[in-house]
This record gives sequence, C-alpha cells and structure tokens, in this order.
Amino acid sequence: MKVIRVKNLIKKFGDFTAVDNISFSVDRGEVFAFLGPNGAGKTTTIKMLTTLLHPTDGEILLNGHNPVTEPYEVRSSFGIVFQDPSLDDELTALENMEFHGVIYKVPADIRRERIEQLLKFVELWERRNEFVKNFSGGMKRRLEVARGLIHHPKILFLDEPTLGLDPQTRNHIWSYITGLNKKDGMTIFFSTHYMEEAEKIARSIAVIDHGKIIDQGTVKDLEKRTKTSSLEEAFLSLTGTNIREEKPSGTDRMRIRRRLHRR
Amino acid sequence: MNTIYILWLRQLKRYSRSKARIIGSLGQPILFLVAMGFGLGPVFQRAGEGNYIQFLVPGIVGMGIIFTALFSGIEIIWDKKFGFLKETLVAPTSRLEIMIGRTLGGATVASFQGLIILLLSFILGFRPYDAALLPLTLVFIFLIALFFTALGTAIASVLEDMQGFQLIMNFLVMPLFFLSGALFPLEGLPEALKFVTSIDPLSYGVDGLRGTLVNIVHFGLTMDFLILSFITLVVLGIGSYLFSRIQI
Repeated sequence: MKVIRVKNLIKKFGDFTAVDNISFSVDRGEVFAFLGPNGAGKTTTIKMLTTLLHPTDGEILLNGHNPVTEPYEVRSSFGIVFQDPSLDDELTALENMEFHGVIYKVPADIRRERIEQLLKFVELWERRNEFVKNFSGGMKRRLEVARGLIHHPKILFLDEPTLGLDPQTRNHIWSYITGLNKKDGMTIFFSTHYMEEAEKIARSIAVIDHGKIIDQGTVKDLEKRTKTSSLEEAFLSLTGTNIREEKPSGTDRMRIRRRLHRR
Repeated sequence: MNTIYILWLRQLKRYSRSKARIIGSLGQPILFLVAMGFGLGPVFQRAGEGNYIQFLVPGIVGMGIIFTALFSGIEIIWDKKFGFLKETLVAPTSRLEIMIGRTLGGATVASFQGLIILLLSFILGFRPYDAALLPLTLVFIFLIALFFTALGTAIASVLEDMQGFQLIMNFLVMPLFFLSGALFPLEGLPEALKFVTSIDPLSYGVDGLRGTLVNIVHFGLTMDFLILSFITLVVLGIGSYLFSRIQI
C-alpha cells in the first residue's frame, strides 16, 4: 500500500526550476529518507506534500488525497517537524502543545493525556511552564517533535529534524520515532545531512539533486549501484563533491538582524 | 470555534506578556496629548473652539488604536518569517478561521490600548460628555480596531518581509492619522483637504469617538457607524482572500 504517491512533480519559481519532474512513492509504514545537498529541492518537495506550496505541475496523493484540492484531508493525515523552528517563543512549552492540540481538534481529555505523556517522553514535562524563548536549540527540537505527534498522524514528516543536535539528543529522538514506526506503523518521511543516520534508520532512500531524483532504493541498492561501501560514499558518488552555494534568503537576513537586535 | 478562540487567546497572551510593548506604544499618544493638548490649548480656546483637551482625546484614542491594530495585523509577517505561521497553516482548519481568530485577537488588544489611553486622559482632566454613551464609545473603539487589524493582516499577507514596514508607517499610518481630523476640526477646511479627510477611514472612527465622548460630530454617528462597518467587512473579505492565498 502506497501512502505517498508523487508523479511528474514540478515546481518553478519564475525561471528557476526547484523541483524538476520527480516521481516516487512511499509504502505505508515505511521509513523513507529523502537525501540531497543543500538547495536540491528537498524542502520545496516537502512543502508541496504538506499543502504549503502549490505544485506548478504534476500529481501528489497523500494518504489517498490531493493536497491542492483536498487540503483538509491531507492536513489531518500528517504531522511535521519543520527545518526551521516553528514554535511561538512567547508562549510556554505547554501552551504551544495546547495550541496544537486545539487547532488539530484533539478532544480535551485525550489532549491533556497525550501532552503529558509526550512532554514526559522528551523530558520537558518539568519545564512545561517555561517560555520557549528560554529553551536551548535541542529542547526546542524535542518540543517540536512532541508537538507533531499530539494528533497521532499517519505520516510524520521530519525536515532535517536533528540539525545541530548533540548525539545524545539525536539518538533519543530517533529511538522514539523508530519506536512509533514499529509500534503504530507510522510512516516516517525524513530528510537529513547525516548519512550515518539515514543509513541506520531508513529502509528506503531517494537521492535528489538539482531538483531531480537521481537514484532510489535501499541502502544496499545504492551502494551496489555506485560500487561503494557506505551511504556517505554512495551519496558523494551520486551528487559529486562540489560544495553548493545557497544565496541567503530574505528569511536568513531577517534572522540575522533579529539576532543582532536581541543582543 | 475552538480554533478561533485559541488564536484569539494567543494574541492576548502575547500582548499581556510584553509589558514593554504596552508601555512603549502608550508613549507616543500620551506625548501628543500632553504636548499638543496643553501647547495648542490656549490658541484653540481663543479661536472659540472650546477646550482642546476635550477635543483632542478622542483623536488620540484613535491614534493609539490604529498603531496597535495595524501592528497586530502586520505581526503575521513575523509569524511567516519565524515559522509559527507554518504551524497554523498545515493544521486541518480553514484559513478563514485562522484569519478571524487572529484579527479578533489583534482587535481586542488594540481596543485595550485605546481604553488605557482613554483612562489615562481622565488624569489629564478629560471628562466625557455623557457617561451613558460610553458603551457606544466602546463599539466605535472596537470597530476602529477591527478595521485596522484586518487592514494590517491584508497588507501582511502580501508583504514578504519587514522591509516594507517603514514604508507602511510613513505612507499609510502617519497620513491616515494626520489627515483624519484627530487633531483638528473638519469644519471649514480647504476643499482638497476636506476631500482627503472624507476618504480617510479613521476620520469616521474619530468622529464616532468624538460624538459619543464629547458630543461633537461632523459626519453624524449613524453615518460613522455604517461607513466603518461597511469598510470593515470589505477589508475583512479582502484580507481573508489574500490570507487564503499565502504560500510559504
């Protein structure tokens, strides 16, 4: 059973083609890694899958629904941990969780129960009444993962969820997520730059570069085809060793300014 | 319904927690009230227009409201840039609910700000004409707040980042305020200025406040109410449309 189907998906921003005619599918209960260098089109693809961007062309079916015409059904099926933080810094950890539970229409009693359970798991229960702005990067990430799970999604999207985290936190988060995958059959769709992470966790991999999917299969398939002995080597052999340049976006500039402003 | 409530609550929590913002945004209106109220008071009196503080307070209340309201609406840019908007946009709720919750929240906050200025003006000697009309004043306060929050939301839905913010302050907020009759009577103005003031939405808001607070009206309370309600609905409609088209 395919829970995500993507056919001939294209996204253009003006003249620039960010996602160039890609097709892939993900089985229900799969742990799927979406790998690629910076600027390859990973986040753009995830945004289209999660209804935030409309495709220029092509078809998407997520849990049997089309994100453009049935956004409501699609949004009810997934949870997401974004690449950039998406918490409200001015609210407490508990308030952020409550907010999510309410807008996802989780009934109050179940909501309270799950929030407590999830916050305990990510070890933030003791600090639930503290403002998120006082949290470290790792704590925020843990909170975001916990938040994405309140409504028990069928598919969990994780866009570089462990970026900048120490190995302890990374292990902790991954062991919980893979546990959910085993226990509830939750489909996991993630992107990461840590190849050893993908090698260890993913059962299926797609490598994207310059907006095109250049290879997909299991870790073994990729290694075999590139005649390499690790996913990292396979990845470099597929995508080359050039360092990608990314122009700072307006967002990056604003982040920098805000950071300066805060000091 | 719950979605609207939790978004409204979020705006209120953010407001009540940023004491600096509350006090900071009181500074300018109070400065205007004190400096102009007492500074121009004698001239105003000699011109036979009566007590300037009485005349000015409704205008300054309007000023406090539009600054806070537009800013609350424009805050969406922050949410857009710092991620929180994504969290609400991927949730299985309609964009209309999100827009309404936010706008009501922003309008409530801006109304509080207007009320605080009104209360502070009592210290400076302001006295309303008829306390029984105060509920009507509240209606106008909320309408002004709603209109300008919706306007801010509509603008923020189109803007990419805060670069345009200064532009809005200088070319929208300031003219709206200065050309609204908040500071001067609308009677006997040069034709051009008279025309401009008559298309400034804040003119009707200030007129409504002034009518209910000190019994001085230019357009008439019914007219003020109808025009404000109408343009508020229009801007809410446009804002909802623009907001529903946001892609990030």
